[in-house]
Amino acid sequence: MRELKILAVVVFFSLLTYYLVEPYAHHAMHMKVDAEGKEIKIESHGFTYDGTDDIAEAERKGDAALVAKKKAFWSDVVAVSKMTGNAAAGEAVFANCIGCHNGANINMGGVIPPNLDHSGAIYDKNYLIALIKDPAMASNVDHKYADTSMHPMGSIKYTVSDNQQIADVVAYMLEHKAGEVTPKEAFTEACVRCHAVRYTQTTQLGDTPKFKHEKDALAHKIKVIEEQDMVKAYMGNLPPDLSMMIRARGDHFMETFIENPQGQLAGTSMPRVGLNHEGYEKVKEYLTEAGDPSKKAREELGPWVIGFFIIFSILAFLWKKAMWRDHH
Amino acid sequence: MAHFEKANNLNEWLDQRIGLNTLKKVMQTEYWIPKDINFLWAMGMVLAATFGILVVSGIFLLMYYKPDTNLAFDSVNYTIMSEVGYGWLWRHIHGIGASIVFLIIYIHMFTGIYYGSYKRGRELIWLSGMGLFVAFSAEAFSGYMLPWGQMSYWAGMVITNLFSGGSLEAYGLVEWIRGDYVPGDAYLTRFFMLHVFLIPLVIIGLIVLHFGSLRLPHVNNQEGAEIDFEEAAELYKAGKVKESKVIPFSPVFLSKDVFVMGVYFVLFFYLVFYNFNFAMDPVNFDPADGLKTPAHIYPEWYFLWSYEILRPFSKDVGLIAFGIAQAALFFLPFIDRSPNVAPAHKRGLFQVWFWVLLVDMIVLTAMGKLPPTDPVFAFIGLVSAVLFLLMGPALFIITLFEKKLEKGA
Repeated sequence: MRELKILAVVVFFSLLTYYLVEPYAHHAMHMKVDAEGKEIKIESHGFTYDGTDDIAEAERKGDAALVAKKKAFWSDVVAVSKMTGNAAAGEAVFANCIGCHNGANINMGGVIPPNLDHSGAIYDKNYLIALIKDPAMASNVDHKYADTSMHPMGSIKYTVSDNQQIADVVAYMLEHKAGEVTPKEAFTEACVRCHAVRYTQTTQLGDTPKFKHEKDALAHKIKVIEEQDMVKAYMGNLPPDLSMMIRARGDHFMETFIENPQGQLAGTSMPRVGLNHEGYEKVKEYLTEAGDPSKKAREELGPWVIGFFIIFSILAFLWKKAMWRDHH
Repeated sequence: MAHFEKANNLNEWLDQRIGLNTLKKVMQTEYWIPKDINFLWAMGMVLAATFGILVVSGIFLLMYYKPDTNLAFDSVNYTIMSEVGYGWLWRHIHGIGASIVFLIIYIHMFTGIYYGSYKRGRELIWLSGMGLFVAFSAEAFSGYMLPWGQMSYWAGMVITNLFSGGSLEAYGLVEWIRGDYVPGDAYLTRFFMLHVFLIPLVIIGLIVLHFGSLRLPHVNNQEGAEIDFEEAAELYKAGKVKESKVIPFSPVFLSKDVFVMGVYFVLFFYLVFYNFNFAMDPVNFDPADGLKTPAHIYPEWYFLWSYEILRPFSKDVGLIAFGIAQAALFFLPFIDRSPNVAPAHKRGLFQVWFWVLLVDMIVLTAMGKLPPTDPVFAFIGLVSAVLFLLMGPALFIITLFEKKLEKGA
């Protein structure tokens, strides 16, 4: 039938144009290439961490010493992760941590040390081990530090240096600092020390309280600005507000970026935060609630509206048939 | 004072005062449309419906939008998207409508070109249609500024910079347009006014002209056949609907339009609910930042072909080529010297010309978005831009030698 042939032509050229300007162009635009122009595939590892990306990056830089250092570091991490940790012994080690990770919201060396209440639930085990061994190496920002003990948490190397101690404290966290975690808790612990979310009235200092007097509100605002200035001085730039981030970046970017910021944005000062799959899902849920709260309503309403127009089209077709009867 | 009788019902009352029955005849029941058509003839009504949807959704958005560089982004992304009931739905409808309306415009235009519907009495339809294309382009561009995201800001920067005229360096003109050295508050409020008032007014005026210019020459048909509309109408009114070559606009033609619209809206709402990123670019969900240039700045898909005519050349040549490309399509009815109003497949070389034009514009569209830093893409872009510029002279020559077709063949 002629009309269907014409329809096929129209659909073909429309889809071809769509393919070229959307999937194909975006792939070409965001493609990362190495020095020889070969494509670097950036893939998610399912929120597990064994240094694969870090070693590959060092190899691409052609820095043999760095490659060796990264390899040694991550193979140590894997070795520790195979050790049996003693949670009871880990509790004593953990006392070292809460000196800084005390929930007092006080900036130390550039950022506020995050609360660790759900650290066993939202962070990956390997990552926790790596972080305690060497925070700058674990978060893949060692290029920022000539000596990685200069990292704000760098002194951990000297307080918790024994592999058994690391295994113990991680076992403690996985056992006692886990449990149910809400999206808000996960987001606050993992992201808020650097990122504000103005659509949920969240700043680098956490939730903005309700103030009765304008004076108090302004005083709080000044505290926020001071905190932001410190973060800015430490990071080089104020990390972006994440209110609309869920709409501004695609799933693939979010997953790979959070796993390894350097992969998507080479040279960024954002550290790897080491979220595990559950932690990432919670953070994503929080960001969706902030930047795309109508997602659920949208996906639920869709079938009804589309269904309406399908029925509409069927009725319209019958009307058309009736109108055109005897015309041919 | 004219003589008025007491009216028995509302219809009569209105008929006495505004000639309702005559209006109905002229615009509906005795507005004759050829019978030999296909679904492409419904694109006009599909466009009218989409424009209607854009107006309605636009009115809802206008109630909450704030044209201020400090408030615009959050008024769209927070107030409308999460506070106002169904604000997200209206915004998605408006965003998808603005993008998909261009797909339909392009289908409508290529239909007109394929069937030669811009010739022999139908020139004004084409010209007013091209006027609408330009007005819709201005409407789309000004609307794209309003959410004040990264792409709004940087696309605004790039497009207004075009007015510096290359080597003319008319930066004074650019500043005059922006009301500032860079896009800022004055710029946003101006484009807001253009988007919600002046351009829609122009569009409505042009739609009236477009419809009006259609009434006397009548709609074309699949074979480009010349129809004696009066004779065919008499036949139809005499009940010989099968023998007559025409149908009334309402309800017969409209019934098919409504069916096509129904199918179109299934696609439309699928995009609104599930596949909207092509029309609502994620980059524009980052707030405008004059200190942070995005890695890739590109216009929406419907401007890409003309953008790519600008891009592969040196500054001044590019601007001239761009200017020619914008104006060239207006002259189509006068470049085409052929005596025939017939579908392209009956017009020999013209058919080749048509498909080359279509494919070339799609290639330009693709290259307009692909990074020009890739030498292969840059070369394809250059070749297709030059080809586009040669299409005008080619059409003139091809149609000059086109033989007159035997009618009734």
